[in-house]
Amino acid sequence: MIQYLTNNHEVVLAALQQHIYLALLPILIGLVVALPIGYLGVRFPWFYHPLVNVCGVLYSIPSLALFVFLPVLLGTKILAPVNIVVALTIYTVALLARTVADGLRSVDPVITQSATAMGYRRLRRLFDVELPVALPVILAGLRVATVSNISLVSVGALIGVGGLGQLFTRGFQLFYLEPIIIGIILSVLLAGLADLIIVLVQRALTPWTRHQHGGGAA
Amino acid sequence: MNLSYLFDAAHWDLSAPGGIPQLILAHLGYVALALLIGTIIALPVGLFIGHTGRGSFIAINSGNAGRSLPTLGLLMLMVTLLGLGLTPVLIALTVLVIPPILTSAYAGMRTLDRGVIDAAKGMGMRPWQVLFKVEVPMALPVLMSGFRSAALQVVATATVAAAVGLSGLGRLLIDGLAVNDYSRVLAGAIVVAVLAVLLDLFLALVQRWIVSPGLTGRDQTRSRRATT
Amino acid sequence: MITFEDVVKVYPGGSTAVDHLSMELPTGKMTVLVGPSGCGKTTSLRMINRMVIPTSGRILIDGKDVSGQDEAVLRRGIGYVIQHAGLFPHRTVLDNVATVPLLLGKTRREARSAAMELLERVGLSAEFAKRYPAQLSGGQQQRVGVARALAADPPVMLMDEPFSAVDPVVREGLHREFLRLQQDLGKTIAMVTHDIDEAIKLGDMVAVFRQGGHLAQFGTPQELLEQPVDDFVAEFVGRDRGLRSLSFDTAADLPVQPVGSFDGAELVLDDAGRPLGWRRDGGTIEPTAGVFTTGDSLRMVTDLAITSPVGVAVRVGADGKAEGLVRHHDLVDFLAARRDRRAAERSA
Repeated sequence: MIQYLTNNHEVVLAALQQHIYLALLPILIGLVVALPIGYLGVRFPWFYHPLVNVCGVLYSIPSLALFVFLPVLLGTKILAPVNIVVALTIYTVALLARTVADGLRSVDPVITQSATAMGYRRLRRLFDVELPVALPVILAGLRVATVSNISLVSVGALIGVGGLGQLFTRGFQLFYLEPIIIGIILSVLLAGLADLIIVLVQRALTPWTRHQHGGGAA
Repeated sequence: MNLSYLFDAAHWDLSAPGGIPQLILAHLGYVALALLIGTIIALPVGLFIGHTGRGSFIAINSGNAGRSLPTLGLLMLMVTLLGLGLTPVLIALTVLVIPPILTSAYAGMRTLDRGVIDAAKGMGMRPWQVLFKVEVPMALPVLMSGFRSAALQVVATATVAAAVGLSGLGRLLIDGLAVNDYSRVLAGAIVVAVLAVLLDLFLALVQRWIVSPGLTGRDQTRSRRATT
Repeated sequence: MITFEDVVKVYPGGSTAVDHLSMELPTGKMTVLVGPSGCGKTTSLRMINRMVIPTSGRILIDGKDVSGQDEAVLRRGIGYVIQHAGLFPHRTVLDNVATVPLLLGKTRREARSAAMELLERVGLSAEFAKRYPAQLSGGQQQRVGVARALAADPPVMLMDEPFSAVDPVVREGLHREFLRLQQDLGKTIAMVTHDIDEAIKLGDMVAVFRQGGHLAQFGTPQELLEQPVDDFVAEFVGRDRGLRSLSFDTAADLPVQPVGSFDGAELVLDDAGRPLGWRRDGGTIEPTAGVFTTGDSLRMVTDLAITSPVGVAVRVGADGKAEGLVRHHDLVDFLAARRDRRAAERSA
């Protein structure tokens, strides 16, 4: 395995780089798109159930199908990485829009009401109170989206653009274990690292969640 | 968008080996087997961890660890190791369904109202009675939601079986791609998505049937109306 | 002054929450809205800061119709305290209290130093400032809730069951502190509770609501106890209202007997003339159950007379010297005379 790495480190590195790019760009775009959509699902209660259902259907489209079909829809080349980025952005939005809505809905109405009674206007209340309180839920969703994106990128290899997934197809075609194992290990490590970073960000942003069981006598 | 492949009656011939009905059947076969094996493995482990509280670390982290395993890589690894066939595909898909089932079984058990369990013990129920008459029924809503998300994932992911030469709806995607027949690819994508939605609806009905109305709040709206 | 003018609230679906309510909550006083659940007391409270919009009628604060004002600005000028305090879990105690001053455009420094002072005022030491709400007990959270409502020094405060989520012992302490605070601050307060005892204890005025959003009676606690307008109020106020109404009269007019002996029992005094206890037939000294001064309530005197080993309450002066004695039957005679006098006043 070391041998394979030393002989092919350029290929592996390029695959890893592409993998990171293909997995994380959709996360950023998806988060920016999902926040307002999720908010609408809370602002207009009638919109919540359609939102959840549409997100569910989008999420159930097989990634392979989406990768293959997007070029037809967008007029892009079949081998263009943008297909993967758009497809994974769709999954990210499908997952996060619902998470954002659920996170905002999970904010205790007592808290929003006391904010209103203290004289918060709607928009400022959203940014000062509701979003921060919903942050743990939203970040938990972000962890799921990031980790599953990183593992989904590989499927793109079936249409020729798949980051570490290309190591799988190469090994599969040549009946050669090393690249497959290296690909899996790197993919899992990458997911673990990304997950860890989000956890650290969460700890920094939500210090109050670490003190759930304090409380002395009155 | 070209829907000609999907609406061509010839592709819906029940007996044709490459026809859509046969592909659906094969696809559902993979899904059902993976869910069955995954449940047999993950459910007892999840219930045990949730009931005893021992090994929570595994339950909490298996979800993310499982998600981070690239199914395609796992599948190709298994095929390279074991050769072509159903077994490597089932292993890869089963690995996919174990984490959500295990995590939700654990979470369902952990979030139970401790007071109710205390009451059950206080009434003289034996440990296995507490587990099967109180804890599991109360954990069912959470458990079912984990099972449903596992089912959705495996329906979508079972398409990759075609990448290693097996049947299932992935055939429409892989073969369509190979011959640049996008109508066929589209047909595959639509059928899988519809199948996923139908399966989820079916599981929602099952959930309605096996979960006590006292837990779902379905009856609460009615009683609230009655009191006002 | 908060004025309700013929206020009606009908919810969509037709249920009437508040039915033609008119009342005036006096400036600088605490008015308690009390009644069974579903009586419209909370709806009435929430109409004051426009969290609920009345179907018809007007609500005025110091003569200004609340409906004419910008909601957010109106609310920043009205303190609001609720049952579980409703603290923001993501902000420290200090920043929770500083919320409204910041909304009003104060600098972070000004807001925080004002918040610090308030925390002290509600009996929380500086070490609590940096904690998060989840690290506090229920009683502490409620104090922070009160401090937060007071932060912008609003002339009007609304309190929705502020003390009902804490245990009775803690509640007792919060009541005491709150009364002391209100004595200093003199806010115009509207408070909702379902607990009639709390209403009578805390309220300068009490508004009793009944099901369907009707105001059954509006008056001082004493009026409620002594002259309930109907059976509903009488029952709601409780069976021992006669005894409780004695809380509102002091023992100033209560005649006393000279210090001495009764039926073989003798009050033993120390050298300074302070009561030590009772001695019966030359036996050991039994302690008195306690003593009262002219400022104490008739209810307390009654209680002393009942619990005393010989059925006699002892009055002392400011210096602690025994001044006189009140026996069971003297007390009963006095209360009967008081009742007749009140009835005569009422019919006059």
